[in-house]
Amino acid sequence: MKSLDYDVKPLLLVPVLALVALPLIGSGSTWLTLTVAGLAMGMIIFIIASGLTLVFGLMDVLNFGHGVFIALGAFVATSVLGGMGDWTGSGDIWRNLVAVLPAMLVAMAVAGAVGLAFERFIVRPVYGDHLKQILITMGGMIIGEELIKAIWGPQQIPLPLPAGMRGSWLIGEAAIEKYRVVAVIVGVIVFTALAWTLARTKLGLLIRAGVQDREMVESLGYRIRRLFVGVFVVGSALAGLGGVMWGLYQQSVVPQMGAQVNILIFIVIIIGGLGSTTGALIGALLVGLMANYTGFLAPKVALFSNIALMVAVLLWRPQGVYSVANR
Amino acid sequence: MSDGDLLLELHGVHTHIGVYHILHGVDLRVPRGQLTMLLGRNGAGKTTTLRTIMGLWQASRGHITFNGQNITRLTTPRIADLGIAYVPENMGIFADLTVKENMVLAARGARTAAQIDTQRLEWIFKLFPAVEKFWNHPAGKLSGGQKQMLAVSRAIVEPRELLIVDEPSKGLAPAIINNMIEAFQQLKASGVTILLVEQNINFAKRLGDTVAVMGDGRVEHAGSMAELAADEALQQRLLGLSL
Repeated sequence: MKSLDYDVKPLLLVPVLALVALPLIGSGSTWLTLTVAGLAMGMIIFIIASGLTLVFGLMDVLNFGHGVFIALGAFVATSVLGGMGDWTGSGDIWRNLVAVLPAMLVAMAVAGAVGLAFERFIVRPVYGDHLKQILITMGGMIIGEELIKAIWGPQQIPLPLPAGMRGSWLIGEAAIEKYRVVAVIVGVIVFTALAWTLARTKLGLLIRAGVQDREMVESLGYRIRRLFVGVFVVGSALAGLGGVMWGLYQQSVVPQMGAQVNILIFIVIIIGGLGSTTGALIGALLVGLMANYTGFLAPKVALFSNIALMVAVLLWRPQGVYSVANR
Repeated sequence: MSDGDLLLELHGVHTHIGVYHILHGVDLRVPRGQLTMLLGRNGAGKTTTLRTIMGLWQASRGHITFNGQNITRLTTPRIADLGIAYVPENMGIFADLTVKENMVLAARGARTAAQIDTQRLEWIFKLFPAVEKFWNHPAGKLSGGQKQMLAVSRAIVEPRELLIVDEPSKGLAPAIINNMIEAFQQLKASGVTILLVEQNINFAKRLGDTVAVMGDGRVEHAGSMAELAADEALQQRLLGLSL
């Protein structure tokens, strides 16, 4: 028996995709710009998708309303950052971070609190029934969107980047947008925290075990419903954080933004293997890179490219790149 | 047998799974400190009985008492809290976790492997050396016999009053089965009450103190294992074979 049986093949997909794109793009500097943009987009999608994949893995719940937490996070950020004009207008990146950090924390808190209510009143009554879950969570998202319109109005609201995060760094002839580097750093921090929690703590053990066999976890004496509520709230809070990042990435927010991102995050968690956090990271990075490469090479097939990517992965591994054992 | 000697008792238990009526009034008595075998043909309702005891399926009628407490409507975690360990037919191994992580999870009072009761762990390692040998390996990579050893080890990593095991010899090689029999004999000697579902008759004969034979969702016979082993006509009638 090998001492280390970790499946490394899926980890190679991201560098392989990037290397395949290099000769197609031709210019090294353009490739570097697109790659950083793709990684940044992928990291933001990962932040949003990580909670959703655990929610499905733990309780077999299909939450099509996850997008509402994205929009909610982004709109909360417009309010928080709107009141901190002195800090966001400064060219000093540290002053900008002091403004963005509370915006992220408040967005996470609000999204998490709404997630708690969403789980209790919308998801809990339909445990074990996928069709009802899809219908009622989509209904929940529509209600959420309407509430956002009632509070912030139906129109698009600008969410400009803080002054210090605007512009680019030049590396040779490649322009690397500052905000994209910030997005990658935040994504790495979130992934590291999640990976550490899942690998190194008893809570993480419980979540990983629950994703594989929740009945057995209950038979060992653990209340998996409480665990699920906790994961749902954290997943909603992460979606709220992702919403802030996505809003700043797009530099504007609309109430429908959650629904727009929903399709991407479902592609990501299906590619990754439902329930797998590492799989979600790989799926998100692949989707981010693919969207940017095809957006440059063949803009008309950009959306189709992600569907094609998902189909190709599922033909290779029908359960996603990391299928969760026992499911 | 007086009620005070009983650890677990099922009285008139009915279980429905969807539209199917599986258990039709099961009466089962598990004496304290003994090993009770639950026998029966495929589809007799043995696994459903165990799952109903654990609360994984709810009894629609009847009642289940453990240590004199009615546990019929309790949730599975609450039933486990009372001191019942369960090893399901599929062993319930967390394949993506290592053997160590599986054990840490089962030891509810421990946050890390270092916090697991050392003496108890040593005892488990003597019962099942494979658990120590493959401590840091992914549990999904173990053989069928090693997984069964891990499943039982996990169930006994903390002291429990009742150990419920569903078909521990299923699919195992004869040498591994002998190993399992020795382990259950030692467990029994340590004072743990055990309820085993089995299809392997030799396994049952060598281990059982008392026996209950199920058919068509009810207990058709209950008594001592020795009596059943000595009565060929009864074996033929209940199980369609001789021990």
